[in-house]
Amino acid sequence: MDTLTIAGREFRSRLFLGTGKYATFEQMREALERSGTEVVTVAVRRVNLDEAGSGKSLLDFIDPKRFLLLPNTAGCYTTDEAVRTARLAREALGTPWVKLEVIGDPKTLFPDNEGLLAAARTLAGEGFVVLPYCLDDPVLCRKLQDAGCAAVMPLAAPIGSGLGIRNPHNLGIILETVTIPVIVDAGVGTASDAAVAMELGCHGLLCNTGVAGAKDPVLMAEAMRDAVAAGRKAFLAGRIPKRRHAAASSPTHGMIE
Amino acid sequence: MIRVRLNGVEREFADGTTVAAMLAELGRAPQWAAVERNRDVVPRTAYTTTALLDGDVLEVVHLVGGG
Repeated sequence: MDTLTIAGREFRSRLFLGTGKYATFEQMREALERSGTEVVTVAVRRVNLDEAGSGKSLLDFIDPKRFLLLPNTAGCYTTDEAVRTARLAREALGTPWVKLEVIGDPKTLFPDNEGLLAAARTLAGEGFVVLPYCLDDPVLCRKLQDAGCAAVMPLAAPIGSGLGIRNPHNLGIILETVTIPVIVDAGVGTASDAAVAMELGCHGLLCNTGVAGAKDPVLMAEAMRDAVAAGRKAFLAGRIPKRRHAAASSPTHGMIE
Repeated sequence: MIRVRLNGVEREFADGTTVAAMLAELGRAPQWAAVERNRDVVPRTAYTTTALLDGDVLEVVHLVGGG
């Protein structure tokens, strides 16, 4: 059985799914179900104390026994904010897993490399299982591995952009550079993007907007499930080399005259 | 009374109010929430023994949808 192992935990699905931007909690639950995912990301935010506390909450729709809840530090712009948010998430969820984000720019949501590395070192030192959202930079990924991260999550393209795999060559070099799993994060717009990432040899893929923003998010969740599985199988099967000219599939001898 | 800053807003609580009592007063169940007091996480196990002090800065967070 082909499985993904991160920090000693084994997953059958290589698709991670976000929980943001769905029209309803019910729709999100259905998408998670159909995607086959085992890892779902969540965000940490202040409780709105002006609202009554009796409303439905996200966690009413996700069974924490079935899914690994992976809290993120989205929206944090400093190492300090990200570290504090990770610590709060650990207390709220009872999990040391964190998808670490330290954002450097509001327009592109590109990460702040120095801030990210500093936060990764601190949190890994405190026993967190750190999965950093990072640029598709092989040198940075090696530094994140050295910092004690359990995986790296290089972006395919800006968060929510749907631009797909912008730099397959860098992802390839990252795969040659680090020994920890490489989970493509951000920018996946449709199923073929997911398949491309997996065909490159990436170990997994996280998608949120590509699913939640689709016209039919539940069907797209299923498409992503199939694409990740197909891309992984193609990688394992080993694709043929590309060539400029034709190579006949049918025998060239024995033709009638 | 003591004055604290809670999720960015000034609020008053009775002297001796604990974190557990504060959450109860706010109508918040501690499940899936976390509390930070003066930049340090308050462990769930310490909610009943941690009393708020005048000038405390508190953050009460929970989990929402995200990617």
